Amino acid sequence: MFHWLEKNPFFFAVGVFVVIAFAGLIEIVPNFAQASRPVIGTAPYSTLELAGRHVYIKNSCNACHSQLIRPFKSETDRYGHYSLSGEYAYDRPFLWGSKRTGPDLHRVGNYRTTDWHENHMKDPAAVVPGSIMPAYKWMFTNKADINTAYAEQLTVAQYFSVPYNKPVPMKDGSTKTVKMGASVAEANALALEQAKEIAADMKDQDVKDAVAAGEIPEIVALIAYMNSLK
Amino acid sequence: MENRPLEYDYTVAKMFMLTTVLLGFVGMLIGVILAFELAFPSINTVLGEGLAEYTNFSRLRPLHTDAVIFGFTLSGIFATWYYVGQRVLKVSMAESGFLMFIGKLHFWLYLVGVVAVVVSLFMGITTSKEYAEFEWPIDIAIVVVWVLFGISMFGLIGMRREKSLYISVWYYIATFLGIAMLYLFNNMEVPTMLAASPAGETGFGAWYHSVSMYAGTNDALVQWWYGHNAVAFGFTVPIVAMIYYFLPKESGQAIYSYKLSLLSFWGLMFVYLWAGGHHLLYSTVPDWMQTMGSIFSVVLILPSWGSAINMLLTMKGEWQQVAASPLIKFMVLGSTFYMFSTLEGPIQAIKSVNAIAHFTDWIVGHVHDGVLGWVGFMIMAALYHMAPRVFKREIYSKKLMASQFWMQTLGVVLYFTSMWIAGITQGMMWRAHDEFGNLAYSFIDTVTVLHPYYTIRGVGGLLYLIGFVMFAYNIYKTMTAGRKVEESELQNASPMGA
Repeated sequence: MFHWLEKNPFFFAVGVFVVIAFAGLIEIVPNFAQASRPVIGTAPYSTLELAGRHVYIKNSCNACHSQLIRPFKSETDRYGHYSLSGEYAYDRPFLWGSKRTGPDLHRVGNYRTTDWHENHMKDPAAVVPGSIMPAYKWMFTNKADINTAYAEQLTVAQYFSVPYNKPVPMKDGSTKTVKMGASVAEANALALEQAKEIAADMKDQDVKDAVAAGEIPEIVALIAYMNSLK
Repeated sequence: MENRPLEYDYTVAKMFMLTTVLLGFVGMLIGVILAFELAFPSINTVLGEGLAEYTNFSRLRPLHTDAVIFGFTLSGIFATWYYVGQRVLKVSMAESGFLMFIGKLHFWLYLVGVVAVVVSLFMGITTSKEYAEFEWPIDIAIVVVWVLFGISMFGLIGMRREKSLYISVWYYIATFLGIAMLYLFNNMEVPTMLAASPAGETGFGAWYHSVSMYAGTNDALVQWWYGHNAVAFGFTVPIVAMIYYFLPKESGQAIYSYKLSLLSFWGLMFVYLWAGGHHLLYSTVPDWMQTMGSIFSVVLILPSWGSAINMLLTMKGEWQQVAASPLIKFMVLGSTFYMFSTLEGPIQAIKSVNAIAHFTDWIVGHVHDGVLGWVGFMIMAALYHMAPRVFKREIYSKKLMASQFWMQTLGVVLYFTSMWIAGITQGMMWRAHDEFGNLAYSFIDTVTVLHPYYTIRGVGGLLYLIGFVMFAYNIYKTMTAGRKVEESELQNASPMGA
């Protein structure tokens, strides 16, 4: 049979394709629907948080930081409860990372503050002596891209039924509704509203001035995202 | 006509040889910079605060991996295909104007894609998925380039004189199919430019932005099914294609066993795809998938070692060639590194070992002993074998080649030994508890302890890069100053200057 295949490239190629496609079908397909269901307490990202997530991706934070707490005592001691599949239901793309040059960030919102992030992103080694993380000063001047975040919100709401403007259940039995603007202007206004809360806890005068003037520096969006990781 | 030896046409092979050398240098240079940034963080701002955004670790890291994978390795695969393909199928590119046009178009579109990738990654335009960072417009360009590669390949196969496909061609076909399947499914995304707000506005936000069709755990599963098998069909399958052609050609020895090559080929095809789950051990994907990933990773030793042993045994009775020829040295050490790397990988895929190894530098070390020791060595050996036949000149300097070999070997050894120690040290420190059950070390303790190993790794990488510059210089001098030889004078071994 193999000699015959080697003289018939078409059937050879078909044979190879069947053999390599097999594993993917069996491993990926059966669990697909179940793995995408959110757990209680997981809400979609707000416009500003999503813009912050884009800043996180733009700067490849995931190259050095994981967002996946494995079920070991040493990890739950250090980072908190181990990660659950449903907590990632609104993560497109996933940001688990593959390398921990720096610590895990899946629940960083539980133990770091706006103030801490502000100082740390400006000069990591001043906050954590010996840190090898580079400073991210340009995030204090670059402006966050709210329009793209809003376009992404609309896309996921339309194609993947992400529940914006709908109540989602929280752990304490209450519900939470994450608002999404009805227009670009409203989306920007919602983001600015949240940005003002973040900026109020920050010290950098330029950032405060920018937010007061209606602009949102990348650092504000990034901190909003980091604070949402719980 | 049929009795005259064929004049093969290497126009397209030459073009891709050039990008192999060029992009190899760029990718490795960025790698060395990254290595030293981890050892000495002040290098992040080496060009000043103003350019720090473009010189810091996080912005450069995807450029390094993509330059090496999609630049150096892919160019090497294309270059060798446009050389090996004609020879084993006994047909010249010059016989078909259409295929020649497709081949050239393939190269130029590839080059456009490379430029687009470099620019977009510097700007921070990325989907964040490893080795699939490109946004949808570039994805489409890559698909077009890949289809052109396929037309070239199957076009040449369609007009072949040698009816039986040589082993290398099996592997090239598998490369084409594997990457096509993986790339398409992992890059399924919805462009956000399609969004319309309830107020009726359209066309706002970045036009190139997209959102993945898969969320969370599913996205991770598809990504590592892709990521692991991009290694399979980028770093293993086509490199095996190369060694099956170039080692017998250079040594004048026949392949040791046809049956072993048959077993390893079909075994590799079936087993490799299952092993992706080993990137997700102890994550939120179901346990049975993790276990499958682990088990199949261990089974994968069989077909991998099958190919490598087949190569080593091909040298049976001719081992003096290893001492005599630096070109044979590259290939023999390459297949040895392949054996080493394909044993190390399955060990890391065992769940209890993975608990320590995952997220540490040991994984980085594993990738590099495979890529530097196996992929890099084999592609350079292939180009060294091709150069005298393509440029009709003998290789400029054998001595330079030998020094390059030893320098790069030392570089690889320094790289993986330091990363072993770093990875296991860090993995053990993360999990260490004191007598009261509290964590023994804060995270920063586990970073500062790595400084000496990061430095050694940087030096190892630098040695490899210097070796690569020697390689580039040797190839350049071969093109311009090597003694002229005719194809008919060439025996199996490549002619070399002193």
